[in-house]
Amino acid sequence: MEAIQGFLSQYGSLLAQGVWDTLVMTGVSTFFAYVIGIPIGVLVVLTSPTGLRPLRVANTVLGWIVNIGRSIPFIILLVALIPFTRWIVGTSLGVPGAVVPLVVAAAPFVGRMVEQSLAEVDSGLIEAAMSSGASTSQIVFKVFLRESLPSLVRGASITFITLFGYAAMAGTVGAGGLGDIAIRYGYQRFQGDIMVVAVILCIVLVQIIQSIGDIVARKIDKRN
Amino acid sequence: MIQINHLSKTFEGATVHHALRDVSLTIEDGDIYGIIGASGAGKSTLVRCINLLERPTAGQLFINGVDVVNLRGKPLLELRRSIGMIFQDFSLFQQRSVLHNVTFPLELRHDNKQHRVARARELLEIVGLADKETSYPAQLSGGQQQRVAIARALANEPTIMLCDEATSALDTRTTTSILKLLKNINQEFGVTMVVITHSLSVAHKICNKIAVIDEGRIVESGSTADVFAHPQSPITKELLASDTLSVGA
Repeated sequence: MEAIQGFLSQYGSLLAQGVWDTLVMTGVSTFFAYVIGIPIGVLVVLTSPTGLRPLRVANTVLGWIVNIGRSIPFIILLVALIPFTRWIVGTSLGVPGAVVPLVVAAAPFVGRMVEQSLAEVDSGLIEAAMSSGASTSQIVFKVFLRESLPSLVRGASITFITLFGYAAMAGTVGAGGLGDIAIRYGYQRFQGDIMVVAVILCIVLVQIIQSIGDIVARKIDKRN
Repeated sequence: MIQINHLSKTFEGATVHHALRDVSLTIEDGDIYGIIGASGAGKSTLVRCINLLERPTAGQLFINGVDVVNLRGKPLLELRRSIGMIFQDFSLFQQRSVLHNVTFPLELRHDNKQHRVARARELLEIVGLADKETSYPAQLSGGQQQRVAIARALANEPTIMLCDEATSALDTRTTTSILKLLKNINQEFGVTMVVITHSLSVAHKICNKIAVIDEGRIVESGSTADVFAHPQSPITKELLASDTLSVGA
């Protein structure tokens, strides 16, 4: 008991800060990844040969961008993007320094997820909307995004958890967060106890996020 | 009035498919016009040309005197708003309540919310589902879903309604009640109906005129009574014969 109290008084605030940093990093980058990823996903669906605005060139180019973005390992992206990161947020360190590469890594991934969610929308609904006189933008907002919302929410929790893992890697370049703590204390100073606690915190956080995502998706889905 | 002059529709993919060949047809205001034929005969393509979900390859299409074949942009959206459509699988928005399925077409024209809701309630009353406005489509039976779809199709006060195999997914009793509702709407609001069906009994029950389509061509048309009593084309005779058989079986 005393040992736990001692551990907490010594490292509690460090770990709390780590949890906070990780959640902020992941949350902010998930948000911006969607700001970029949703338009990508929507454009891919609209410009596909069977889409509402078939445009082969745009569709192919977007497909390339998405695939290239998804094929670069994150750890390489993290280092390669340092000059770009400095240019955008003024630093390549800490939470802001991690958010830029996280967004760049996640946006193409989000684009694919959004594309898949939208592709699940029954084409009969698109026809029904068209026959009601809906414009393309009305179909995007009132049918595609609205009808696929539960699927988009499930995708968002997957994205958040993926970025959670990436954020830990960003710890290697001094981004802060649980990954950073695990590396500095566990790996560099051989303090196994801190590393174990950091790992347990990660597991617990991921479980909580997944559960929240599942509950919200189920709650808003009116199909059953 | 819907006037179709020498309309053709060709799909060019790996192979060229002539879905409609030189179709001419006049549908008068107030008609319940049946378009019957086997699956793949082209009836669905024909009706989807009327609201330009498919664009004809050649020919003319006059709706209330205006040639609409080349309409684009805003005038096209306005044309579609004046034509209601219902579908075989109902095509209701699963994530919207019954009420908000019916308000959907009104949202598109940016009607104010109070007016939208009042109008939707009125329509749900007409189709007999006033008590279901907070339900979601998944909670309704097939017949109820089609009633919601009918209310949605009427929201814009269309002069024409297209029914694409609207009762094909329903049992006999439900089919009868939906057909009755469509007939009432035709009589009370003067909505012209174009009814696509492969079922002669559906055509017989509500259509005052029918056209028989086969391989993209109209092979016969006229008043329902005439066509049923004196079928001219072999296709119509075949359809009639097979239908009697299926009724007998």
